[in-house]
Amino acid sequence: MVNKSGGVLVYAECKRRKLNRITLELLSAGRYLAGKLNSEVSAVLIGYKVRELAKELICYGADRAYVVDHQSFRYYVPLTYAKVIADLIISSEPEIVLFPADSIGRDLAPRVAAKLNTGLTADCIELDIGDYEDPISGRHYEKLLYQVRPAFSGDIIATIVVPERRPQMATVRPGSFDPLPRDLGREGEIVAIPVNLGGEGGVMEVIKVVEEESSTDLRDAKIIVSGGRGVGGPYGFKLLRELAKELGAKLGASRAAVEAGWISYSHQVGLTGQIVKPKIYIACGISGAIQHIVGIREAGVIIAINRDPDAPIFDYADYGIVGDLFEVIPALISKIKEVKCNK
Amino acid sequence: MIRVIVLIKQVPDPKVRARLKEDGTVDRERVRAVMNPYDRNALEEALRLKEVIGAKVIAISMGPLKAESVLREALAMGADEAILLSDPMLAGSDTLATSYALSKVIKMLGNYDLILCGMETTDGNTGQVGPEVAEHLGIPHVTYVEDFELRNGYLLVKRLIEGGYQWLKVRLPALLTITNTANEPRCSTFEGVIRALKKNVRRLSLEETGIEKGRVGLIGSPTRIKEVRRVNLRRRRYIIRKPSAKEAVEELLRELSSKGIKLVMNGG
Ligand SMILES: Cc1cc2nc3c(=O)[nH]c(=O)nc-3n(C[C@H](O)[C@H](O)[C@H](O)COP(=O)(O)OP(=O)(O)OC[C@H]3O[C@@H](n4cnc5c(N)ncnc54)[C@H](O)[C@@H]3O)c2cc1C
Ligand SMILES: Nc1ncnc2c1ncn2[C@@H]1O[C@H](COP(=O)(O)O)[C@@H](O)[C@H]1O
Repeated sequence: MVNKSGGVLVYAECKRRKLNRITLELLSAGRYLAGKLNSEVSAVLIGYKVRELAKELICYGADRAYVVDHQSFRYYVPLTYAKVIADLIISSEPEIVLFPADSIGRDLAPRVAAKLNTGLTADCIELDIGDYEDPISGRHYEKLLYQVRPAFSGDIIATIVVPERRPQMATVRPGSFDPLPRDLGREGEIVAIPVNLGGEGGVMEVIKVVEEESSTDLRDAKIIVSGGRGVGGPYGFKLLRELAKELGAKLGASRAAVEAGWISYSHQVGLTGQIVKPKIYIACGISGAIQHIVGIREAGVIIAINRDPDAPIFDYADYGIVGDLFEVIPALISKIKEVKCNK
Repeated sequence: MIRVIVLIKQVPDPKVRARLKEDGTVDRERVRAVMNPYDRNALEEALRLKEVIGAKVIAISMGPLKAESVLREALAMGADEAILLSDPMLAGSDTLATSYALSKVIKMLGNYDLILCGMETTDGNTGQVGPEVAEHLGIPHVTYVEDFELRNGYLLVKRLIEGGYQWLKVRLPALLTITNTANEPRCSTFEGVIRALKKNVRRLSLEETGIEKGRVGLIGSPTRIKEVRRVNLRRRRYIIRKPSAKEAVEELLRELSSKGIKLVMNGG
């Protein structure tokens, strides 16, 4: 028995005719939650020439794909997109709506939440279904969405619920869920939504988009070599890049290194960067601020190189070398080369 | 003269690690309260507009009475007016309730051309209040703004996105949230502090703004905190100190391989 209204709605994003990875992650989260609620997962995709991706949404876990395809939706702008989504929520009455915690989701979700007068939890890293007892009213609620997010510096984790209003809305940090495998055999319904622009068009428009680089996705990396202020500059990152190349690793960074302009934001790891889960994370010249550490809490092994024996990073590391990274890393590179030759 | 509103929040000093009280809520009393760092960037943009085109800058905050200190600082930096919405009924407001209350204050003030917010706060980290205020006011918003230009009746806005940026054209009035990369906020000068002493922080209560009591505070907030916990992030802490880097690296690799951890994955 499946409840038609209710269920989970996922806001889907695509780029260059491909679904974004975060969309697959949200579909996976949606399936998990819908399983517990015994309901369905829908996805809504808004854009221009995106119709062909509807089937993909189904392959990755949606039971229903709503598609809004019109040239006025070529670029994301909050007003028109928020109206489409709010209308869809009002007509389809989902229990839960999930957005990516990225530059679109964090812009769009609050607009929709305010329109619908409901709650919204930002940057969730875990989601679940469970009961809640309101300490003030004493009322008991069943099957609420547990919205788990880091708070303050990040080592404090809060579970938020929305007992009374619907839908329950959250933005979800990339990397929090693993996508489901693509299943070509999955069946689902594709629903084209007619475009009704109303009076919201023309208030704002995108006139130019510049993408300087394909943003670095660290979520799939098995090994990450990461540098902080201690790396000292672009020169230091050259050394790190060399180590990364030897290890087949990707390059990460602390916010201090990003803010210094030594490396781009898409490499930033932490509370305001990416959440990563490599097997091995090598932190070089990073002090170990809690905001950085929360981004690597699910790393397999953390290795720290820092010349300050009192650096907090050593508390959060499995292995630490106290030393100058400009000596340790070259030694490490040559040792690795040696190991490789002996194989 | 165009009127620019800046929304400023007082937050616990982000350099001090948050403490939890017995009941699991965060202890705000013992930590020094400061202006949310990103709100400084928003204020800086407003003050630059003031310098260039003679805008009038109005700083608004919602919070306890002690939040007056951040508004005093805004005045010292160069804001023309400061308004504090303070009422015990507002305690416990989430982003929906906060944005509703702030939007009522803004409506009460009447005409405005531009509203600037920080890109997020260091205590809530949600970045939701800005877009929600814009929705309550029925005006467009742009988040993560690094740069903007005022044209005839509209704005040209540079917005940061993943791996790049975009330029948008937005009709006024509009709300923008400003990134910390937008500018280097000024410090208040001695003269500024003196000037600010002569100014008043205007206090508003719920009654004056027509805020419905049922829509603010804990009762007016849809979200509830079910549980707060501190996670333990400490690890094994096997620390290697050796006089030479070579020895240190050798010990590291030995330790790793004794635990079956392969650093060199290809071929290994
Ligand atoms: C709201 C908020 C969000 C934040 N989000 C993030 C985030 O997402 N990610 C993030 O990283 N930070 C974040 N931060 C910033 C964080 O608090 C720290 O400021 C930052 O992580 C520090 O970076 P760092 O460790 O590179 O620099 P520093 O703290 O300056 O540390 C540099 C380290 O390098 C060592 N060192 C120097 N030279 C050498 C050498 N030659 N060899 C070896 N070691 C050397 C030093 O001993 C020192 O420990 C956030 C802060 C706030 C307030
Ligand atoms: N209580 C408040 N008073 C004034 N402005 C606020 C308040 N809360 C949030 N803001 C504004 O909204 C922005 C985003 O806040 P947040 O959604 O809490 O991350 C802040 O940078 C401020 O500009």
